[in-house]
Amino acid sequence: MNITVAGEKKEVKDGLTVAELIVQEDVETPEYVTVSVNEEFVEKEDFSALTLKDGDVVEFVYFMGGGR
Amino acid sequence: MAFTNEQLERYSRHIILKEVGAKGQKKLMNARVLIIGAGGLGAPAAMYLAAAGVGTIGIADADEVDLSNLQRQIIHSTEDVGKAKVQSAKETMNKMNPDVTVRTYRTFVSAENIMELIQDYDFIIDGTDNFPAKFLINDACVLAKKPFSHAGIIRFRGQLMTYVPGAGPCYRCVFKDPPPKDAVPTCKQAGVIGAMGGVIGSLQAMEAVKYILGVGDLLTGYLLTFDAIKMEFRKIKLPSRVADCAVCGEHPDITKPIDYEQTVCEGVGI
Repeated sequence: MNITVAGEKKEVKDGLTVAELIVQEDVETPEYVTVSVNEEFVEKEDFSALTLKDGDVVEFVYFMGGGR
Repeated sequence: MAFTNEQLERYSRHIILKEVGAKGQKKLMNARVLIIGAGGLGAPAAMYLAAAGVGTIGIADADEVDLSNLQRQIIHSTEDVGKAKVQSAKETMNKMNPDVTVRTYRTFVSAENIMELIQDYDFIIDGTDNFPAKFLINDACVLAKKPFSHAGIIRFRGQLMTYVPGAGPCYRCVFKDPPPKDAVPTCKQAGVIGAMGGVIGSLQAMEAVKYILGVGDLLTGYLLTFDAIKMEFRKIKLPSRVADCAVCGEHPDITKPIDYEQTVCEGVGI
């Protein structure tokens, strides 16, 4: 199936979960990433249970603490 | 209040813009913006807002200028090393534009002082370098119904979002709680390319100016990210406000600002 991850179209295996996608994408600081699927936040507790569907749009949002 | 001839000339490139005009320039001259943190983000933001003629600019920072700041904090000079950052910032801003009233607050922002600090201002710029301060500013601005620009920079990356009361998610809707100490790298550990403060801090000034003028679309409901390695900006649409957000939700648990444990870039400061 095809999904969009951080603006890029990708072919991934059917039934991929959010948790598996985080590993596959080698997400930095995976424990603290915020994930949205189709413009809805996904709770961390649901990362393993939530199965992605064809056409889903996934965004990763990262903590960025610097500034001074 | 009529413009002086000097003001007409100084602000001529603003006044000629149809989105600004004489009316918009007066709005800027009557506006009050608070910048928390006179560093990588706060330096360019303060300089552009001073140059733009924003009437009152508050700047809060407890620290002194350090030699290691000068690679990015362009409001300070070599001769300012050891001087209070707010004083050094004020001198630079006044030199650029004596029209502007600069108010300095040489203090750490804390749960104790933040509500009083922000109350006189129309817009707040978060130029801090640590998560406790970023959450503190978010919560205080939500509670006081103040718009603000959040930003963060690290390595070759930066990002920002704008909160306006009643429109779009707050910082806590997106990030919930500060990460544990040292879980996410800071600029001192990871470094930051100097011009990143210029890019992102200038965008924060742009958001403040647009908010004051009431023109265009703000980054409410969006996170704008910049990756300088790929030279790529992305405007990520954020989900709408979270109904059970601890501070801006329908039944908030947070009803006053909270001090989290401080973890900062340089071991001290805002």
